[in-house]
Amino acid sequence: MVSIPRPAMQTLNTCQLVMDIPGRPNGYPLDLTIRAGQVWGVLGPNGAGKTTLVHTLAGLRAPRSGSLCFDDRSAFGLKRRAFSQQLGLVFQDRQDGFPATVLETALIGRHPWLSPWQMEGASDVALAENALEALDVLHLKKRLVHTLSGGERQRVAIATLMTQSPHTWLLDEPTNHLDLHHQVAVMSLLTAQAKAGSAIFMCLHDLNLAARWCDHILLLYPGGEACWGPANRMLVPEALERLYNQTLVTVEVDGAPFFVPKRT
Amino acid sequence: MIRPLALPLATLVFASVCATVVSIGVGSVSMTPQEVMAVFLGQGGALQETLVLELRLPRTLSAFATGGLLAVAGALMQVLLRNPLADPYVLGLSGGAAVGALLAMLAGLGGAVISGSAFAGAMLATFLVFGLAHGTGSWTPSRLLLTGVVVAAGWGAVITLMLAISPARELPGMLYWLMGDVSYARTPWPGVGLLLVVCFLVIPLGRSLNVLARGPLQAAALGISVRPLEWMIYILASLLTATAVTMAGSIGFVGLVVPHMLRLILGNDQRLILPACALAGGTLLVLADTLARVVIAPEQLPVGVITALLGVPTFLYLLYRSR
Repeated sequence: MVSIPRPAMQTLNTCQLVMDIPGRPNGYPLDLTIRAGQVWGVLGPNGAGKTTLVHTLAGLRAPRSGSLCFDDRSAFGLKRRAFSQQLGLVFQDRQDGFPATVLETALIGRHPWLSPWQMEGASDVALAENALEALDVLHLKKRLVHTLSGGERQRVAIATLMTQSPHTWLLDEPTNHLDLHHQVAVMSLLTAQAKAGSAIFMCLHDLNLAARWCDHILLLYPGGEACWGPANRMLVPEALERLYNQTLVTVEVDGAPFFVPKRT
Repeated sequence: MIRPLALPLATLVFASVCATVVSIGVGSVSMTPQEVMAVFLGQGGALQETLVLELRLPRTLSAFATGGLLAVAGALMQVLLRNPLADPYVLGLSGGAAVGALLAMLAGLGGAVISGSAFAGAMLATFLVFGLAHGTGSWTPSRLLLTGVVVAAGWGAVITLMLAISPARELPGMLYWLMGDVSYARTPWPGVGLLLVVCFLVIPLGRSLNVLARGPLQAAALGISVRPLEWMIYILASLLTATAVTMAGSIGFVGLVVPHMLRLILGNDQRLILPACALAGGTLLVLADTLARVVIAPEQLPVGVITALLGVPTFLYLLYRSR
């Protein structure tokens, strides 16, 4: 059923949230406020805890301390099903246990919205096909997912999240495996979703995609500190050089900064 | 509804009815399908009525229920362990049941005590693996699988030991039990009842199982309480297997081969696969039992031999042919 009205959730708040990263004794408390309409990019080197953060925000991993709230209600008390109506995520890697077609894969996004006795109806199929169309994979809908290329699978995963249509979208490196054109297409789709009232929160490895499409940035340093804020204040060469331990050359393209690693 | 569920299920229902009628007709006194149907409609002779309703129907129903339960349990275990090689016995449940049954036979007890003892052994094996796999750390399918496989090896050693020390006159009965034989079934009704309950349960459970088949993290992200669902599947599959093993000994291959054949043909929607397993598993075992009764009549073969001889080439052919 599509007609379940989406509760008017506006923000995802973390209150003194400390991620539980094994081997890192003192965590850094995060007080994030992720609002509807915002596009967040999380940047950090390998092993800084980007995936752990996304899993913690999705309630898949208990934090060491602190709380997570949808508006001012604690998200930890929610039933999994209610939780997944508010928030969904695209994983960095997926296991395709049993063979399934592209359409079946997208349709499981409707799971949180259907009662146990319901079968997927025509409106659910329409939502799934609409999402597949938006990700340019509708022509593959009868193919088995494990026969697709990495980039096509990535787009099917994003289409599954779009079919789930939660308020907050978490994406762990959504541009992985995508060619240039589809990177741009996916980023445009995500910003359009934010304009339509969703909140987008994604880990990225590409500084320039973040600079171009994100309005808020969270920097996760390898030692555990973090800082966050509007993109134009965070994306300064000094901060980024310290983040990646890499000197950068900054050029300006279309009025926006463009970062290139300096050859040593 | 993604895929029309009605046509494959209707075909399988038809096949089950045909197999049942043929199976009832075949025996020392042969009956045509018309004669069998006449008895069901209350128009048969007294002798035929006794033959069908009191002798052959219970055995055929037992075979059907056993096959159906094993196939459904196999399909559930495959989803639980996300491993296509899983079958109902992979976690050592049949070993526990066999030790129970053999102990009763060794003590010279018969009939109901053997069944009860087998069921007790199966449930003991279930809880043993359940407890050990839980351990002190986190619980994963591979940990459950390893625990089950090692416990099964332990049961295997105990069974061999018991066979070695048993008096020779007990051995044929023990071997028949180990290979699986429907003639041990005392009453079909618990099995048939459980099979019906399960077919009803998979309707609300089916979509959750589909999501769980995508992996525990994805399932949790889509609103499933993964751990309770996994334990529920484990308990349910164990109960089904224990009931089947109690009825007819450890019949192999049905639980592994039937779900696979159906997945190759029908796809992976558990809402279709699970009821289809109940029907196809039942049909296969009814046919295998019929063959077991006639191949070297008046002697009978253990039905487990027939399921293996039929199932293995069919399965290999389907696997070879599939994309």
